[in-house]
Amino acid sequence: MVMFGIDLVLLIPALMISATPVLLAAIGEAVVEKSGVLNLGVEGMMITGAVIGFIIAVNTQIPIYGFICAAFAGALLSVIFAILTQYMMSNQVATGLGLTMVGLGLSALIGKPYEGIKSPTLTKLEIPILSDIPILGPMIFSHDAIVYFSIFIIASVAFIIKKTRIGLILRAVGENQDAAHALGYKVIRIRFIAIMFGGATAGIGGAYISLARVPQWTEGMTAGAGWIALALVVFASWKPWRVLVGAYLFGGITVLQLNLQAIGVAIPVEILSMSPYLVTIVVLVGISLFGHQTAPGSLARPFHASQ
Amino acid sequence: MIRLEKRRSISKLWTTLTPIIAVFLTMIFGGLMFGLLLGDLASAFGAIKLIFWDPLFDENFASYARPQLLVKAGPIILIAIGLSIGFKAGIWNIGAEGQYILGAIFGASVALSLFPRESIFIFPTMILAGAFGGFIWALIPAVLKVYFKTNEILVSLMLVYVAENILTSVSHGLLRNPDGMGVAGIRNLKDYPSAHNSEIITNSGMHWGVLTAFLSVILAYFLFLKHQKGYEIKITGEAPKAAYFAGINPSKTIIFCMGMSGLLAGMAGLFEVAGPAGQITISFNSGYGFTAIIVAFLGRLNPLGILMAGLLMALTYIGGEIAQLMLGLPGASIQLLQGMLLFFLLATDIFTNYSFKTRGS
Amino acid sequence: MAEVLLQLNGISKSFPGVKANENISFEINSGEIHALLGENGAGKSTLVKMIYGLMQPDLGNMRLSSESFRPSEPSKARQSGIAMVFQHFSLFDALNVAENIALGMENPPKINDLSEKIENVSKSYGLPLDPKRLVGQLSAGERQRVEIIRCLLQNPKLLIMDEPTSVLTPNEVKTLFETLLRLKKEGKSILYISHKLEEIREICDFATILRNGEKVGSCIPKNTSAKQIGEMMVGKSFSSPSRENRVFGEKLLKVSNLSIHTKDFFGTSLSNINFSVHVGEILGIGGVAGNGQDELLSALSGEEKTSPSTINILNHPIGKLAPNERRNLGLRAAPEERLGHAAAPSMTLIENTLMTSHSEDIVNKWGIINFDNVKEETKDIVSEFDVRTPTLDNAAASLSGGNLQKFVIGREILKKPRVFVVNQPTWGVDAAAAAFIRQSILNLASHDSAVVVISQDLDELFEICDTFAVLTNGRLSKSYDMRNLSSEDVGLLMGGSDLDLKNS
Repeated sequence: MVMFGIDLVLLIPALMISATPVLLAAIGEAVVEKSGVLNLGVEGMMITGAVIGFIIAVNTQIPIYGFICAAFAGALLSVIFAILTQYMMSNQVATGLGLTMVGLGLSALIGKPYEGIKSPTLTKLEIPILSDIPILGPMIFSHDAIVYFSIFIIASVAFIIKKTRIGLILRAVGENQDAAHALGYKVIRIRFIAIMFGGATAGIGGAYISLARVPQWTEGMTAGAGWIALALVVFASWKPWRVLVGAYLFGGITVLQLNLQAIGVAIPVEILSMSPYLVTIVVLVGISLFGHQTAPGSLARPFHASQ
Repeated sequence: MIRLEKRRSISKLWTTLTPIIAVFLTMIFGGLMFGLLLGDLASAFGAIKLIFWDPLFDENFASYARPQLLVKAGPIILIAIGLSIGFKAGIWNIGAEGQYILGAIFGASVALSLFPRESIFIFPTMILAGAFGGFIWALIPAVLKVYFKTNEILVSLMLVYVAENILTSVSHGLLRNPDGMGVAGIRNLKDYPSAHNSEIITNSGMHWGVLTAFLSVILAYFLFLKHQKGYEIKITGEAPKAAYFAGINPSKTIIFCMGMSGLLAGMAGLFEVAGPAGQITISFNSGYGFTAIIVAFLGRLNPLGILMAGLLMALTYIGGEIAQLMLGLPGASIQLLQGMLLFFLLATDIFTNYSFKTRGS
Repeated sequence: MAEVLLQLNGISKSFPGVKANENISFEINSGEIHALLGENGAGKSTLVKMIYGLMQPDLGNMRLSSESFRPSEPSKARQSGIAMVFQHFSLFDALNVAENIALGMENPPKINDLSEKIENVSKSYGLPLDPKRLVGQLSAGERQRVEIIRCLLQNPKLLIMDEPTSVLTPNEVKTLFETLLRLKKEGKSILYISHKLEEIREICDFATILRNGEKVGSCIPKNTSAKQIGEMMVGKSFSSPSRENRVFGEKLLKVSNLSIHTKDFFGTSLSNINFSVHVGEILGIGGVAGNGQDELLSALSGEEKTSPSTINILNHPIGKLAPNERRNLGLRAAPEERLGHAAAPSMTLIENTLMTSHSEDIVNKWGIINFDNVKEETKDIVSEFDVRTPTLDNAAASLSGGNLQKFVIGREILKKPRVFVVNQPTWGVDAAAAAFIRQSILNLASHDSAVVVISQDLDELFEICDTFAVLTNGRLSKSYDMRNLSSEDVGLLMGGSDLDLKNS
C-alpha cells in the first residue's frame, strides 16, 4: 500500500520497531515519575542495557538472554540512582545527569572490544492466522517478541495503575508523599521499586537498539533516545496509553525522515536529521499550552521522613 | 541504631570537606577500575599518579602539561560559571554544549566574512558575536519557559542535537574553506592573525579565553557576595514563593540566568575555535558543555569552588591523555572516572545537610 | 458502666534537644469523649502519634482493653481499632473520595462496593459525600468528612481527632458535635485534641492537660471554668492586649471590585470584593481556610496584579505594582506560610530581613548590598520583637514557629507601614508570642496605620478588630462594627447571609 511514494506496509512496521526502545524507556520513566521521582539517567540506563545486551547475546548467541541481562543491568544502574536520591537525599537532577555520564562512559569502555561484530537477531514471530491477513498481517502481526512485549507492558502498567491497590498507592506516594507517609505507606521502598522497574525497561529498550534495530554496537548509539523518552513522558501526561501513541508518533517521524532522505527529497539531510528533536520541542510547547499538566504533586521533591 | 537527621543549618565544615573526600574516593575506586583494566594494582596506582600528580610535577610531562591544563580548564570554567548562575536559581541549562557550538559558529562566521582584512577590531567583534550566538541559543529555552512553562532541561538538550546538525551543515556547506580541497571544515583561524586567539603569555597556555574565565570567576564571586542580582538568584532557587513575595520577577530571572550561561558558553566556543582548535569541523565540540555541568556541581555552584574543580577536571583530561599514551588506557575510562567523581560528590553531600545520630543521643 | 479502653503509663519521648513527652499517664474509658489540651508545642501531637503507631515511646507502656499495646506502624494501630483524623489532612488532592478512603483503610473492598458504602454511611451520619469527586475540589469541611468517614468505615474503638474544628464554620462544628455524640452513644471513645476551651467544655467528658511535655492536670470540663483550664494550660498569666478607643482618620486603603480568576486547580477565585480601611482601623476578615484568603493577600501584597484602580492607597491606584513597589509606598504584607513564602527556610535571618528591605541605604543604585545595615535592621527586629535565636546567622528554619512568626511580623511592622495586611498572624504560635503579636498589631494601628487581619481564629478577631467582614467562597460580606456583633451573627455571616445591622 503506497502513499506519497512510501510503502505503508514497510513504514508501519519500521515505525513500530523504531519506537519500541523509546516506548519501553518512557513507560518505565512514567512509572518512576508517577511515584514522584525524576530520573534523568534514562539515557545512561539505555546505553548500558544496549552494551550488556549486545555482549551477552554475542557470547551466548541467544538474543533473549541479552535482553534479560540488559534488564538486570539497567535495574542495577538505577539502584545506584535510587540509593543516592532516596537514602542519601542527593539532588535528583544532578544525580540523573551523573548516571547518564557514568552509563555512557561505562558502556563505551566495555563495548570497545565488541565494535564491528554482528549479533544474532531476533526472529519475527509468526502468529497463526493473524500474520496471514493481507496488508495488516505483515504490518502489525509479524513482529519479534520484544515489540509485543512492549505493548504488553503498556497494557499491564495501565491496568495496574488504574485498577489495583498497588497502583493506587503508587499514585498516592507521587501525589503527596507526606500524606502517604502519615498513613503508614513506605514511600522510599515504593519509589525504589519504581526506579528499578524504570531501569529494567530502559535497559531492555537500549538492548533493542543494539540487537534489533541496528543491530550492532557503537559507542553512544542511543543518540539521545533516553532524552526523547523523558519528553514523551511529559507529552503523555504520565498516562500509559498516551506513551504508546507518543512513541509511535516519534518513531514515525524518525522513520519518515530517513525515508525522505533516501528518496532524495529536496530538504537538506541535516534538517531532516534535526526534525525529531525539533518536533519534540514543538510537542513540549504544545503540551504546556494545551495539555493540562497534572504532574504528580511530589515530583522531584526529596522525601525525608521527619519524626 | 543509626538514623539520619536534617541539620538546622548547612554544615560549613562539611561543605569544604566533601569535595576533598570525593576526590580521594575517586582516586581509590578509579585506581581499582584501572587495576581491572590493566591487570595489576601496581600499574593501576601508577595510572592514578600519571593522571593526578605527574602533569603538574613530573619534569617529563609538566612543561607540556601545565599550559595544556589552562587550555582545557579555561572553557570549562567559563561555561561552568555561567551554568552555576542558573543552577543556583533552579534553572537547569543542560544545553551549554549547543550554546558553545553556536558561539563558535557565529564568531567564526564574523571572522570568515572579514577575511583577509586585518584590524585589531576583528577579534573583539568575534567575541561579541560568539557571546551573542550562545545567548540567543539559550534564549530559546528561556523564552519557552517564561511564556509556555516548557521544561528547559529537555528543550535546551534537544537544541544540542540541533546545534550539532547545524555544525555539520555549515562545515560542509556555508562556511567551508574554499581552499580546503573539499575537506569539511572552515579555514583555519590560526592562519588569520587578526582572528587568532593568541596566548597572552607565550607557552603558558593562557589565551584570552583563559583570562576571561578567571575574570568571570572574580565577577561571579562578587555578584553572589555583594550584589542584589546574586541575592535574587539565590532566593529564587531556594524559595521561589518567597522570591516572588520579595518582588523578584521570575521571568526576568529566567532570561538573565539562561542568557548569561548561554553568553558565557558562546564565548567559550569562540575562544576555542579561534584559539586551540583553530577551526570548526564536524567534530569540533568535545563535550565541554557537559563536563561543565559536573564541574559546576563539583564546585558546589560557588565561583572559587568552580575554579578549583575546573582545574581538577582539566587535570583528569590531561593526565588521562598521558595515561592513554603511556599505558594504553581507553579514553572512555577517563569519562567514567569523571562520572565517578560526580557520584562520589553527590553521595558525600549528604553530610552537609544531614547528620548521623544514634538513638537516644 | 465504664471500662477502661486505653491506658497510658509513664509515656516519655525525646528528640535531640527537646523532651516532647515526659512521664504521661492517663486513661480513656469506652464511650468517653476525652480532651487532650495544651497550647502549641505542649506535646499533644507527639503523644498521639505514638498511640497511632507513627512513633514508639522511649519509656512507658500502653494498654488497650487490658492488653499490652505498642503499635509499630499505623496499620497495626488501625487493625487494633484506633483511627485518626489528622489536623493537616492526609488526603490526595488529585485522587477522588473513594480512592482517598481506600488508601486509609486496611483491607478496603473493591472500589465499586466501597463507593456504595461511602454513600450510605456518610449519609446516615449526616455528612454526605460523593465518592467520585476529586478531593482537591472539596471544601475544608468536606475534606474533614472524608477523613472521618475513612475512620468510621473501619469501625474503630477509639477515634483520635487533632484540632478538628480549626477549619470548620460554626454550623459545621454543630454537625460535627452531633456526630461525635452519636458515636459516643454507640460506645466508641474519642480523643479530642484542641486548644479551644469553650468547645471542650461543651462536648468533652474529661480532659487531660499538657504543658511543656508534661501532664499538669486533669479535670471535668463542664465543672471547670474556661479561665481555670486556660491557666492550667499556660501556667502563667500574661496580659491580654489592651485597646484604647481609637478615632478613625482618613480612608487609607480602598479595594473596589476585586476579582481574580485563580489559575491554581485547587484555588479559590475572588469575586467582586469591596472594602476600605481607615487610619487607626483594624479590619478583621474572618472565614475558614480555603475561601480565598491566600488569593486576597496576594492581591493586596502585589503578587497578583489587578487593574490599577482596583486597589487604591490614598487614592493612588496601585493595582499593577509589584510587591517591592508597594512596600515603597507603605503597603506591607505578611503571608500565612512562614517557611517558603514569608521567609526562605534555608537562608539566614539577615538574608530574610533583606527580602523586604529595599531602601537606598540597604541597596544602592548600583545594586550593591550593604550587609552591615541589614544586620543592624535584623538586630532591631530580634530585640524589639523578642525573637529567640542563638545568632542572627541562624537559618530561618531553625527557629520555632512562634519565634519565626514574631520575626516575620516584626520585620514588616518595624518599617512602620501605613497599610499592613496579615494572613493568620498567630497560627501555630504559643500563647505568649500570640499575645505579643496581637499587641504589636494594635500598637501599629494606634500610630496612624490601617491594618487588615485575615484570620480563622474568631476569638482573635473579636479581641483586636474594630470592624469585621467574612470571606466565603471568594466573596466578602459587608463590614460590620465589631462591637455590634455576637457569635451567632458571625455564624450567620459565615453561612453566607447578610445581617440587618447598621454597618460602620
